Amino acid sequence: MANTEEPLLEVRDLKKWFPISKGFFQRGVGYIKAVDGVNITVQPGETLGVVGESGSGKTTLGRCITRLYEATSGEILLRVGDRVLDVTKIKGDDLKLFRRSAQTIFQDPYSSLNPRMNILETVGEPLLVNNIAHGRELEDRVTEMILQVGLRVEHLRRFPHSFSGGQRQRIGIARALVVQPKLVVADEPVSALDVSIQAQVLNLLQELQDKFQLTYIFISHAMSVIRYVSNRIAVMYAGRLVELGDKTEVLTHPRHPYTEMLLNAVPRFSERRVIKRGVTRGEPPDLGNLPPGCVFVARCRYAKEVCKTTPPELRDLGSGTIASCHLADELELTGIRGAAV
Amino acid sequence: MAVNTNGTKNPLLIEVQDLKTYFFLHEGLVKAVDGVSFEIREGRSLGVIGESGCGKSVTAQSLMRIVPSPPGREVGGKILLHLRSKDSNVEEVVNVLELPPNSAKMRSIRGKKIGMIFQEPMTSFSPLHTIGSQIMEAVLIHEKNIDKKTARLMTIEMLARVGIPNPQRLVDAYPHQFSGGMRQRAMIAMALVCGPSLLIGDEPTTALDVTIEAQILELIKDLQEEFGMALMYISHDLAVVGQMVDEIMVMYMGMTMEYAKTDDIFDDPLHPYTVALWRSIPKVEGKLERLRPISGTLPSPYAVIPGCPFFSRCESRMKGVCDAALPPLIEAKPGHKVRCFLYGTSSAVSQGNDAAGNN
Amino acid sequence: MTESTKTPATTPVAKPEAVNLEDAVLVGGKVSAEERFYYASQWELIRWRFSRHKLAVFSLVVLVIIYILATFAEFFSPYTVDTRFDGFQQASPSKVHWIKPGGGFGPYVFAVKRELDPKTFRFHFKEDTSQIYPIKFFVRGERYKFWGLFYTDWHLFGIDGKQPLLLFGADKIGRDVLSRTLHGARISLSIGLVGVMISFILGVILGGISGYFGGVVDDVIQRIIDFLLAIPGLPLWMTLAAALPRDMPTLQLYFTITILLSILGWTGLARVVRGKLLQLREEDYVLAAKGAGASDWRIITRHLLPGFTSHLIVSLTFNVPGMILSETSLSFLGLGIQPPAVSWGTLLQDAQNLVAVAQQTWLMIPGLWVIGTVLLFNFVGDGLRDAADPYSR
Repeated sequence: MANTEEPLLEVRDLKKWFPISKGFFQRGVGYIKAVDGVNITVQPGETLGVVGESGSGKTTLGRCITRLYEATSGEILLRVGDRVLDVTKIKGDDLKLFRRSAQTIFQDPYSSLNPRMNILETVGEPLLVNNIAHGRELEDRVTEMILQVGLRVEHLRRFPHSFSGGQRQRIGIARALVVQPKLVVADEPVSALDVSIQAQVLNLLQELQDKFQLTYIFISHAMSVIRYVSNRIAVMYAGRLVELGDKTEVLTHPRHPYTEMLLNAVPRFSERRVIKRGVTRGEPPDLGNLPPGCVFVARCRYAKEVCKTTPPELRDLGSGTIASCHLADELELTGIRGAAV
Repeated sequence: MAVNTNGTKNPLLIEVQDLKTYFFLHEGLVKAVDGVSFEIREGRSLGVIGESGCGKSVTAQSLMRIVPSPPGREVGGKILLHLRSKDSNVEEVVNVLELPPNSAKMRSIRGKKIGMIFQEPMTSFSPLHTIGSQIMEAVLIHEKNIDKKTARLMTIEMLARVGIPNPQRLVDAYPHQFSGGMRQRAMIAMALVCGPSLLIGDEPTTALDVTIEAQILELIKDLQEEFGMALMYISHDLAVVGQMVDEIMVMYMGMTMEYAKTDDIFDDPLHPYTVALWRSIPKVEGKLERLRPISGTLPSPYAVIPGCPFFSRCESRMKGVCDAALPPLIEAKPGHKVRCFLYGTSSAVSQGNDAAGNN
Repeated sequence: MTESTKTPATTPVAKPEAVNLEDAVLVGGKVSAEERFYYASQWELIRWRFSRHKLAVFSLVVLVIIYILATFAEFFSPYTVDTRFDGFQQASPSKVHWIKPGGGFGPYVFAVKRELDPKTFRFHFKEDTSQIYPIKFFVRGERYKFWGLFYTDWHLFGIDGKQPLLLFGADKIGRDVLSRTLHGARISLSIGLVGVMISFILGVILGGISGYFGGVVDDVIQRIIDFLLAIPGLPLWMTLAAALPRDMPTLQLYFTITILLSILGWTGLARVVRGKLLQLREEDYVLAAKGAGASDWRIITRHLLPGFTSHLIVSLTFNVPGMILSETSLSFLGLGIQPPAVSWGTLLQDAQNLVAVAQQTWLMIPGLWVIGTVLLFNFVGDGLRDAADPYSR
C-alpha cells in the first residue's frame, strides 16, 4: 500500500547507543551501538515488516519509536492529526498525546501482563492513566475491546495465570488498542506462541488493522511471518538498515548481500532433504566494536576493498527499494523465486 | 561401515514399540507419551513434528532414560536398541526400558551409542569448567583405554570438525565465552566425540538465528554422512525438519498421528491434523493465502479423552465414530501410516457409520 | 509395529459430516474449582499453596499460640515474675500425677518435703504421698494488673495450699521458672517483631531507592551495605551495648537494643528489595505501563511493589528468629536486657555455670523455648517461600 500520501511516521538518522561501563568507578569505555543511523518512513495504513536477527537492533528501534527508550540522537516524527510531533523531544501534554497515538504489543505473553492485575485492570490501565474513561465507562470500553480480540465477558475479572499463551497475547493486543492509537509497534507478537496459535493471532491482527485503520510496524525474525503480514520490508543488520523495499521485490530480488544470505538461509518446503552448502557463514559482529567500513564486510562473499574502509550510504535503487551497499548496482543477487505473490 | 543412505533396508538400529511414559503429578495424571511406535535404521533419519505438549521431547528423553523420575515414568512398551560390534557380526538387542536408568549398561549406551543435543546449549555445559574438560570427560568415561593426552587430542579434533575456529586455544575456554552458535557446535562436539550410532536433536536450532541455524543444520547433515549416523530430529518447525530427514512422524497429545516418508507427508498429508497444521503456518514460498488456524485449543493434559484426541478440533470429524474409540495406527498407503478413522479401521472397534466395506 | 492389512487408500473412505466447529471444551473439569482458580488473586493463590504445607501451617498455629501465651502471660502463669518461695530454692519441677489414690482422675501433685542429703550436701525434694494438691483450673491467685488497665487475680491454673506448683522448677532464689519464662517471652518475642519492623522500613526505603534509581545513588548505598556487613557482629554489639549506661530504665533499654539490632538487620532486606526491583524493572508489563503513560509513582506502587511484597514477607519471617536469637545472646551475655527485667536471655544467665547445667537442668528450659520458636518461624518461612514462588507460568 505504498502511496504518495504524507507518511505517518518518519525516522531520521536514529541512533541509540548504550554506554558500556567497566572498572571500579564505572567509567564509560565505549558504546553498544544498538541502532546506528536508521532512516525509515511509514505510510498510514501499511504494515512495515522489520526483519533481522539478534543484535540487528529491530527491537531497540521499535522501543525508540514508542519512546520506551530515549534515543541518543536523530528524529522520530509522528503525524498526529494535523500536527507533527518529534517523539524524541516531546514532554508533558504532547507526550500524553503521543502515548495515545502509538502503542506496543510485546513478545512474551508471560511477562507482558502484570500477574497481580486482572484483565479489566490491565486493559483498562491506559484509559485510566490517560484520563480517557473511568468506572462504568471504562468497563464498557474494556469489555468491547476484549470481545473484539476474541475473549469473553467472563474473562474480565480473571487473572493472567488462567489464560494460555495465545489468549494472553490477545489481552496484550487489547491493551495496546484500547486507546485507539494510530501506530502500533508489534514486537515479535507471535514468536513465543505455538505454531498453530500463531495463525489465530496473525489473522486477528489483520482484522483489527482493517477495522481500526491501524498502521503496523511488525518486527520479527521469521521471514515467513514477515512475508505474510507486510506490505514493505525493512532488513536490519547490526543496528543499520541495509535494505528497504516493496515486499515482493525484497523477497525475489534482494539488493543487499545480507538480505540474500538471510533469504537463502530460510528453510523452504520446496527443498526436501537437501541442505544448501555454504549459504551462510560467520556470525554477527560485536556491537561494541564495529568495523570501520560496512558492518557486513566480515561475512560478505562479495566484499571489496572499499567495503572495508567506507560505510555505505542508503541509496535509492529504483522501484521503491533503498539499500546500503557499495556494490548494489553491480550485483545480481538471488532471492526466493517462489515468494512472488 | 558402508551405509546405504538411500537404500530401503538398512539394518535396524532402534525400534520403539507402543511406548508409554506417564507423569504422576499432584494435579493428576499426564499421559505425555501414550502409545508411540517407530523405527530408525542405521544411517537414516527420522523427524518428529509436533507442538508443545505433544510428547516429542519426552519420547526422546525416554530413549535416553533421562525422564525426570519422579514424577515421570515409562509405564509400557519397548525400546529395542540393536547394538552391533565394530565388525557388525555380533548383534545384541537390548530393551532399554528394562535397564535401570543409572545402571552401568545404560550409562554406556548414553553418550556412546546415543548422543543428544538440546535447545539451550547452556544446560549441557557447566559454567565452571572449560568446554574442553567437559568434552574430555565424556571421552574418558566411555573409552576405557585412553589417556588424558589422547582424549585432549580427540577433543581438539572434534572441535575443529564442528567448525570452531582456533580449537587448540578455545578448548580451554569457558562456555560463557562462546557465542550461541559456537556453544551449539560445542554441544554437538560433545555429543559426537564418542562416535554414537544415533544422534537425537531436541529442537537444537530453535533458539538460534536463521543464518546460524543454516550453518548448524549443514554441520549436522555433514557429520551424519561422515559418521554414518542415524538422526532423530525433533522440532515444531516443519520446514527445517523437511530439509533434514527421510521420514517424519507427526505427534499430537502423546500419540503418533501420521508417519511416512518426508515427501509423502508434504505432498500427500493424510491426517487432518497434519493438513490443518500445514494450512496454519506461513510460508516463504507459494501462493500467499489466508492462514487457516486450527480451531479450538489443546485439551488439558489431565483430560481423559475417549476416542481420538484431535476430535475437538478436527474439521473432518465424525461424531459417534471418532469420539467413541481411539483410531489405530494403520498403513493407509505403502509406507504411510496414519491414525484416523477416515482411512478405515483394522479389526478394532467400529461402531455406527463406519468406513464402507473395509471390514 | 502394529500394522493393519487394510487395502491402502489415498482418499478418505468415509465421508465426514458437515460440522459446526465450536471451541474445544475441557473434558472432565470441575467447573467451580477451576473458576475459583481463575479468579483467584495472587494472595489467594499464596494462601492456598501455603495451606498445603502441613508443617508450615502447624508451625504457624503453634506460633500464634505462643504469642497469645506471651500476651496474656499473667493469666497463663500461676505466679508473677518475682514471687519467691522460701524453702523451694532450686526445686526440681513438680511431678504431676493423674490417677488419684482412692480413685478419681485429674492432675495433682504430692506435698514435698525438703531434705538435705548428708552425702552430697544437696537438697532434694521427697514426695509425701499422704497429701495431694489437685491442680485446679481458673483459680484465683496472685493479683496483677492486666495490661496496666485493671487489677485482677484470675489465673489459668494453680493449686490451693502453701506449696507452690513448679512445673518448670524453681531458680536459685525460689522463683517459678514457668511464670518467668512466659513473662520473658514478652520481651523476647516482641523485640523480634519491633526490630524487624524497623529493619523493614529502612530496608525497603533504601533498597527501593537503590534499585529503582540505580546509578550513583545505588553505588553509594551498596558500598554502605558492604561496609556494614563487613563489621563483625558480636564485637560491635558488645561495644555498643557496653557503652550504654547501666542504669537505663528498662523500657528505654529495650528500645535502644531494638534499634541497635535493626541497624545491622536492614542490610539483608535492602539487598532483597534491590535485587527484586532490578529484576522486575525489566519485565515487559512495567514497560507496557510506561508505554501507556503511567507515572513513576503508579509504576512503583501498582506494578513493582506488589511484585515483591510476598518476598518481603518471606524475608521478614526469616529475620524475626535472627532478632530473637540476637536479643537472647546479648541478654545472656549481660549486654542486653538487664535483670530484674525478664527475657529468655536473662533467664538463661542463671544457667551459665556448669553446676546449674548439670544439677538444675530445668533452668535451661527457656533455651528450649528459644529453639522451638526459631524453628517454628523457619518452618513458616519455608512454607511461605514455597507458596510465594512465581506462579505466572
